[in-house]
Amino acid sequence: MAIKQRKLELGVLVASLALVTSCKREDRPFQTSAPSAEAIQFTRMTDFRAGGPSISGNQPSPAMSADETPEEKEFEENAYMVGEGKRLFSAFNCVGCHAHGGGGMGPALIDDQWIYGHEPAQIFCTIIEGRPNGMPSFGGKIPSFQVWQLASYVRSLGGLVPGDAAPGRDDDMHGGPPENSAPNQKPNDSSLPKSAEMPK
Amino acid sequence: MIAAATARWATLADNDFGVTSGEWVRGTKSVLDPAGPQSGRIHQLFLDYFWLSVVVYVLVVLFVIFAVILRRRRARWTGPILAEPAPSREKLRGWLVGLATLATTIALFFLLAGDHAAGRAIRSLSTDNALKIRVTGHQWWWEFRFEDEAPSKIFTTANEIHIPVGRTIEVELHSPDVIHSFWVPNLHGKRDMIPGHPTRIAFRADKASEYWGQCAEFCGYEHAKMRFRVVAEPEEKFNAWKAAQLQSSVQPATDSQKKGQYVFLHTTCVMCHTIQGTTAGAMMGPDLTHLASRKTIAAGSLPNKRGHLAGWISNPQTIKPGVRMPANSLPPDQLQALLDYLEILK
Ligand code: HEC
Ligand code: HEC
Ligand SMILES: [Cu+2]
Repeated sequence: MAIKQRKLELGVLVASLALVTSCKREDRPFQTSAPSAEAIQFTRMTDFRAGGPSISGNQPSPAMSADETPEEKEFEENAYMVGEGKRLFSAFNCVGCHAHGGGGMGPALIDDQWIYGHEPAQIFCTIIEGRPNGMPSFGGKIPSFQVWQLASYVRSLGGLVPGDAAPGRDDDMHGGPPENSAPNQKPNDSSLPKSAEMPK
Repeated sequence: MIAAATARWATLADNDFGVTSGEWVRGTKSVLDPAGPQSGRIHQLFLDYFWLSVVVYVLVVLFVIFAVILRRRRARWTGPILAEPAPSREKLRGWLVGLATLATTIALFFLLAGDHAAGRAIRSLSTDNALKIRVTGHQWWWEFRFEDEAPSKIFTTANEIHIPVGRTIEVELHSPDVIHSFWVPNLHGKRDMIPGHPTRIAFRADKASEYWGQCAEFCGYEHAKMRFRVVAEPEEKFNAWKAAQLQSSVQPATDSQKKGQYVFLHTTCVMCHTIQGTTAGAMMGPDLTHLASRKTIAAGSLPNKRGHLAGWISNPQTIKPGVRMPANSLPPDQLQALLDYLEILK
C-alpha cells in the first residue's frame, strides 16, 4: 500500500517536472533573432511606405513570407515576450495614439473590433506596413522579433493570449483591469472604423 | 609569468578598473581612497570602527589566552578546582564584568555618536552655486542631464561625466523603471534612485582623477554591468568639456561617414537614440551625440574602440544578455560605414 502510494507520488512528481520543463511561460530567449542575412531583409521591405525609403529596398513584405512567421507559441505563451511587448508599446509611443489600449487618435485595441484582422500576422503587417487612416509604418525601424512581441501584447489587450502569459500589472496609471484578466472575446474582423459608422 | 602578474598587480595597485573584455580603463573605485569631504568623513568613520574593533578584538583574545593559562597553572598547583570559588575572588570577578560592560557600552555609544555626527556632516555640504545634474538610472545605463538656468546650456550625456574639482555637485536621482542606487565610492556613499520619488545628494571632488561609479541596488540581469565614469578635472578643463558637449554633433564629411549617418537614421537606431543635429531624437537608449568623447561603451562594459563598437552593434545580447538594445545584422559595408560615422562623434 505504502509502496504503491510512493510510486504514485513519484509519478506525479516526474509528470509535474515534465510540465515545468515544457512550460514556455518563463523562457527568456534573449537571442530571439540571431543575426542572419535574412533578418535584415526581413525588416526592410519596399521603398513604398509612409516612413520614407528604406535602405536596401524592394524586399518582399515580411508578412507575405510564410516561413518567417514564428511559431505563435514562442511569443504568445511566453510571459517575457508579452511583457516586453507591453514595455515597447509605451517605449515606441503606441500609447500616444492608442492610449493604453482604450484608443485615442487611433482605434481602441481592447475591444473585439478589428479593422485589419486580429491574427498575429495581420497585426504584424499593420505595424510594419502602416494603415492608410493614420497608422504609421514601422517597417525597417523595429526589428521583427520586437514587432512580434508588440503583436502578442496587442492581442493580450483583447484577451487573445493565454491569461497566464499576459501581463498582470502596470507601471503607470491605467484604470482598467490588467491584461491577464481581459475578457475572452470573439474577435470581429473587418469591422468598420468608428468614424465610418452610420450615425445612430 | 611573474612579470605579468606583477604588471597586473601594478595596474591593480594603481586602481585601474577592469572592464568585461579583460582590458583596463583608467579610474579608481575604492572607499579606502576618499577624494572628497563626504567620502573622507565616511572613511574616517570606517577607520574609527575599524581601530576600535581591532582594540576590542585584541583585548578579548588576550583575556582568553590569559584565562586559559591561568586556569591550567592553577590546575597544576591545586588539582581540580572545587565548585565554590572563594567569596573575595567572586567579588573581583563581579567588578571585572561590570567594568567590561561599562567599557562596551561606552564604546558602543562612542560609535553611535560618531555615526550620527558623520551622517550630519556629510549632509551639511552647502549647495550654493552647486553644479546641478539630473541623473536617471535606466536598466542598465545612466543618463545625465546637466541643468542650467538658460535652456540653451542644458545638455544630456550618458555613462560618463566630467565635473569641476572643488565645486559642489548636486545630483537629483530619478528612475523610470526599478530601484537603482547611485554610488561613486571615492566621492560619496550610496543613494537609492526610486521610481516616482526623486532623491538628492551633494558631493565634491577635491582631487582631480577619474572615478568609477556603480549601480548598488540589484536591478535585473545586467546590474553588474551598470557602471559609469566620473572625470574630476580643473574648472577650465571642465568648461572646455562642457562647451564641447553643448555643441551639436559633428556632421559627416566623407562618403562613408555620410552613408553611415544614413544607415543610422534609416534603420532601428533612430527609434531609441538621440544624435543632436540630426533627426534622431529618441531617448530609449544613451544619447550618442558625443559618443566618441567617452572612454567606454555599454555603461562601462567595454572600452570605446572600433572593434568593440562593431561587436556591440551587431549583437549586444552576447555582451550584456537581456540588454534593451536589439541585435542588428547590418551588411558589412553598412556596418563599416556606420562605424566610420560613429567614430567622428567627438
Ligand atoms: C500616429 C498615431 C499612431 C501611432 C504612433 C500608432 N498607431 Fe496604430 N493606429 C493608428 C490609427 C489612426 C489606426 C487606424 C488605421 C486605419 O483605420 O486605417 C491604427 C491602427 C492600428 C492597429 C489596427 C487595429 C485594427 O482594428 O485592426 C493596430 C494593431 C495598431 N494600430 C497597433 C499599433 C502599435 C503596436 C503601435 C506602436 C508600435 C501603433 N499602433 C502606433 C494610429 C497610430
Ligand atoms: C530598442 C532600442 C534600441 C535600438 C533599436 C538601438 N539601441 Fe543602441 N542602445 C539601446 C540601449 C537601451 C542602450 C544602453 C545599453 C546598456 O548599456 O545597458 C544602447 C547602447 C548603445 C551604445 C553604447 C552607448 C554608450 O555610451 O554606452 C551604442 C554605441 C549604440 N547603442 C548604438 C546603436 C546603433 C548604432 C543602433 C542601430 C544599429 C542602435 N544602437 C539601436 C537601445 C537601442
Ligand atoms: Cu543595479
